[in-house]
Amino acid sequence: MTAIVNVSLKTGVLDSQGKAVHHALDSLSFQGVSDVRVGKQIVLKLDETDRDKAMAEVTKMCEEILANTVIEDYKIELI
Amino acid sequence: MKVTILQFPGTNCEYDTQHAFEQLGATTEIIWHKAESLPSDTDLLVVAGGFSYGDYLRSGAIARFSPVMKAVTEYANKGGKVLGICNGFQVLTEAGLLPGALKRNDGLHFISKHHTLKVENSDNIFLEKLNSGDVVNIPIAHHDGNYFIDEAGLADLEANNQILLRYTDEKGNIQNPNGSVSSIAGICNKSKNVFGLMPHPERAMESILGSDDGVKMLEGFLAS
Repeated sequence: MTAIVNVSLKTGVLDSQGKAVHHALDSLSFQGVSDVRVGKQIVLKLDETDRDKAMAEVTKMCEEILANTVIEDYKIELI
Repeated sequence: MKVTILQFPGTNCEYDTQHAFEQLGATTEIIWHKAESLPSDTDLLVVAGGFSYGDYLRSGAIARFSPVMKAVTEYANKGGKVLGICNGFQVLTEAGLLPGALKRNDGLHFISKHHTLKVENSDNIFLEKLNSGDVVNIPIAHHDGNYFIDEAGLADLEANNQILLRYTDEKGNIQNPNGSVSSIAGICNKSKNVFGLMPHPERAMESILGSDDGVKMLEGFLAS
């Protein structure tokens, strides 16, 4: 099973990179973008085959190291 | 006075830190991150600056899981004095020994220059040789020095006099180089034995090199 973890700054925490990209899109005349957030994606190949167990394990990984929950949110997708 | 200095793969300020403390008369020892205990005669533990583990994932995120960090946490929890400079500050926030987190600088650039800082609280061993309101000139060199803490956390820091230093101009007026909440450059924990700051006092030990204001800061540890 593969887990895709997306980590991004929490809403309310200023995302300077997102802001810079938004500014660049504006300069390139791309209209209609109201906000940009830049995050990172971590792809994990897991031996676990049980979805619930895998979700529990990856959640633990996110809480302990993959995300800094003081400033970041994470989303886990299992495929 | 024995100063123990941590060295992770990617640390690059351990020798400057050693030189600075030896200049002040301390004995020093640099220990590798795989050590599972600290020298028993340690009076101060310094987590030196640099780029531990290449800043992969987040600055300080991987270093906090090094074997030595267990001993550092125990040492700090027993009241041992700990100082984190730059990457060391990032490691200490990641390890939960100091509140908040360090984000990418607002301007997205690496900043390397001298900056003036105002001493906010000197009722602690680190800054006891200085007075609240003093302005010092200390180099900064970081990409991820943008201190973040939520409003409740900031109120706690204020209430307990945990804010050590703020980025200011030469007159002590707020001048924020990196977007830090409340222009914070350094903080301590509630019990005032764990200290963290982004600026480098160990690089401000000789006036011929731009500033010797770091002497008054680091001397605080030797006096106590």
